[in-house]
Amino acid sequence: MARFSPENLAHARLLLSLYPEPRSALLPLCHLAQAQDGWLTPEAMEQVAELVGVTPAEVLGTASFYDMLHTSPVGTYLIGVCTNLACLLAGGEELLRHAERSLGVAPGATTEDGMFTLEEVECVAACDRAPCAAVNWRYFGPLGPDAFDELVGQLRAGALAAEVPAHGVLSRVRRRRGLATTTEEVAAERRAADEERAARASAKAAEAQGSGDGGSRS
Amino acid sequence: MSAPSTSSPPAIVTGRLGYPDSHTFERFLATGGYEGLRKALRLHPEDVAAEVSASNLLGRGGAGFETGRKWSLLPAGKPVRYLVVNGDESEPATFKDHMLIERDPHQLLEGIVIAAYAIGAAQAFLYIRGEFALGLERVEQALEEAYAYGAVGRDIFGSGFSLDIVVHPGAGAYICGEETALLESLEGKRGFPRIKPPYFPAAIGLYGEPTIVNNVETMSNLPWIVTHGGAAFAALGQGRSTGTRIFALSGHVRRPGNYEVEMAKTTFRELIEAEHLGGGVREGRAVKAFVPGGVSSPWFFPEQLDMPLDQDEVGKAGAMLGSGAITVMDDTTCVVRASWRIVKFFWRESCGQCTPCREGSGWLEKVMHRIETGGGREEDLDLLLDVADNISPGLSWPPAQTTICVLGPSIPPSVCSALSRYRDEFLTHVKEGRCPFPEEAR
Ligand SMILES: Cc1cc2nc3c(=O)[nH]c(=O)nc-3n(C[C@H](O)[C@H](O)[C@H](O)COP(=O)(O)O)c2cc1C
Ligand code: SF4
Ligand code: FES
Repeated sequence: MARFSPENLAHARLLLSLYPEPRSALLPLCHLAQAQDGWLTPEAMEQVAELVGVTPAEVLGTASFYDMLHTSPVGTYLIGVCTNLACLLAGGEELLRHAERSLGVAPGATTEDGMFTLEEVECVAACDRAPCAAVNWRYFGPLGPDAFDELVGQLRAGALAAEVPAHGVLSRVRRRRGLATTTEEVAAERRAADEERAARASAKAAEAQGSGDGGSRS
Repeated sequence: MSAPSTSSPPAIVTGRLGYPDSHTFERFLATGGYEGLRKALRLHPEDVAAEVSASNLLGRGGAGFETGRKWSLLPAGKPVRYLVVNGDESEPATFKDHMLIERDPHQLLEGIVIAAYAIGAAQAFLYIRGEFALGLERVEQALEEAYAYGAVGRDIFGSGFSLDIVVHPGAGAYICGEETALLESLEGKRGFPRIKPPYFPAAIGLYGEPTIVNNVETMSNLPWIVTHGGAAFAALGQGRSTGTRIFALSGHVRRPGNYEVEMAKTTFRELIEAEHLGGGVREGRAVKAFVPGGVSSPWFFPEQLDMPLDQDEVGKAGAMLGSGAITVMDDTTCVVRASWRIVKFFWRESCGQCTPCREGSGWLEKVMHRIETGGGREEDLDLLLDVADNISPGLSWPPAQTTICVLGPSIPPSVCSALSRYRDEFLTHVKEGRCPFPEEAR
């Protein structure tokens, strides 16, 4: 299933309605497709292209710029080990090497059973837990080799299914409402507010002018 | 050397974080939530902006520009303008916005509505780093609660002011933190920084309309500023560095974490060593070097430990407070390896539009890697400086820029700092043909 399910298509249309220009929904729709299929399939990119009004090549060209969007299949769990500065100082490189041995794959590769894809990632803003790893963007740390193996074991056993949703599920909380006001309504509201503001400013200027003149005359 | 502060300043942005349920709507309301917004809506927008100007709140995203002054750059006569909030936090070792997004999402939303009211934004976009899965869930949940409560949406609290907020997930690209790249990304494109001028998106921003881009922590300060007044904020700190600020402390300290301290009244030493803050380096170790404000900054060394956390003082000393990220390296650290990792980051994250940035970062990474792994030559030390000088001519501070955005000139400082201070360590790598630091202690 690579086209959007009816439910996801409805959500895609809601997302589109939030932006003044449809192309802005491109990344959110790619995330939605990835949450559905685990990766960004060519069919999904075609549909995203139709929805936002660009060519499929433009979707691919844009998506390929972003590290989180995968245009080829990845494992159920994407394990990203951080080796950036704070993690480096705490043994992040050693953790990555351990992860490679433990999972039996190099960074960028997926285990044979399709469970895990290992990645070396840049700082994930969890540096107070260095060295740390992200599993489908949920953070774990500080992680020594034993803690890492335990984490992998728990993931394999399905013990963390509640904390770490499978595949590229970025967010389980979805927006349910469209915009409360139309563009025209807001524009009218702002125009009126700007006019009032300008009137207040000129009244204030006139007052200052008045007292200023008074001051110079006396 | 300024005396360590003894009185504890108010917790302006982290006040609620002591509660385990700080992210919930119930806790927010029970602790004064949305009171700042109610007060703001009773004032004229320009009076809210005046309070923010009076506070002298400096942007917390990295550049440290006065928030009130930025807002005043919006051109008159263009009723459609946007507020874009930068929650892309990806500067290595910076993790404060991540915390604010996850742990106090309502405070952030309240700040956003206040700012949007002050500048008259037609719509607000909250761009959150895609990797912040829990943060995205928390903010989306909080936003739904705020709509239902009437703090966001149509006719907010019966004031006649309406605002829609859209939470927008990024998708993994450091460069999208740069404000013009962020706007491109928000328009559904690759995150290529825009050519300057215009230097600020205030005139030409999102969809070509006037746009204010502000950081998450900047926004999170607004409820307090409106509630207590800009003067109360400006009474804290010193000079242009007013109020408090969150510093993300990491590396070789006993207690890494985010600490909100009064600006200019606290020193690096106090932050790193105080028992209730960083707790110092490990027993028997000493500070060798530290990153004072994100990896784009030149490094500081032990003699700068007593400098206050004051934006202008740090700037005068040849570095920056930048993103508020302080990373401590103790005397077991191999500075070649540490600075190589920073350069590797920039090389991976360069968007590739400018030759000095794209090629220069690759060269520096290659040469640093070969020195660290034992294949370096003595000439490599001069080669590093030569490449660095090609990226940012003169190697001065603030750095000269030949590129579209400041990622380019952010590449050399760490390597240049390490090399100028610890040239001998680089030479030892070259002479011994290996990294002299034992593997487990590097
Ligand atoms: C390469 C680069 C990355 C940046 N990353 C961020 C970021 O992650 N978050 C942020 O708020 N500002 C970041 N900035 C700074 C923004 O361009 C902008 O100055 C800031 O968001 C403005 O908000 P402020 O005035 O409230 O600080 C970055 C700048 C550059 C050049
Ligand atoms: S300086 Fe680097 S990151 Fe910035 S626009 Fe140029 S190539 Fe891209
Ligand atoms: S350096 Fe690893 S999470 Fe920040």
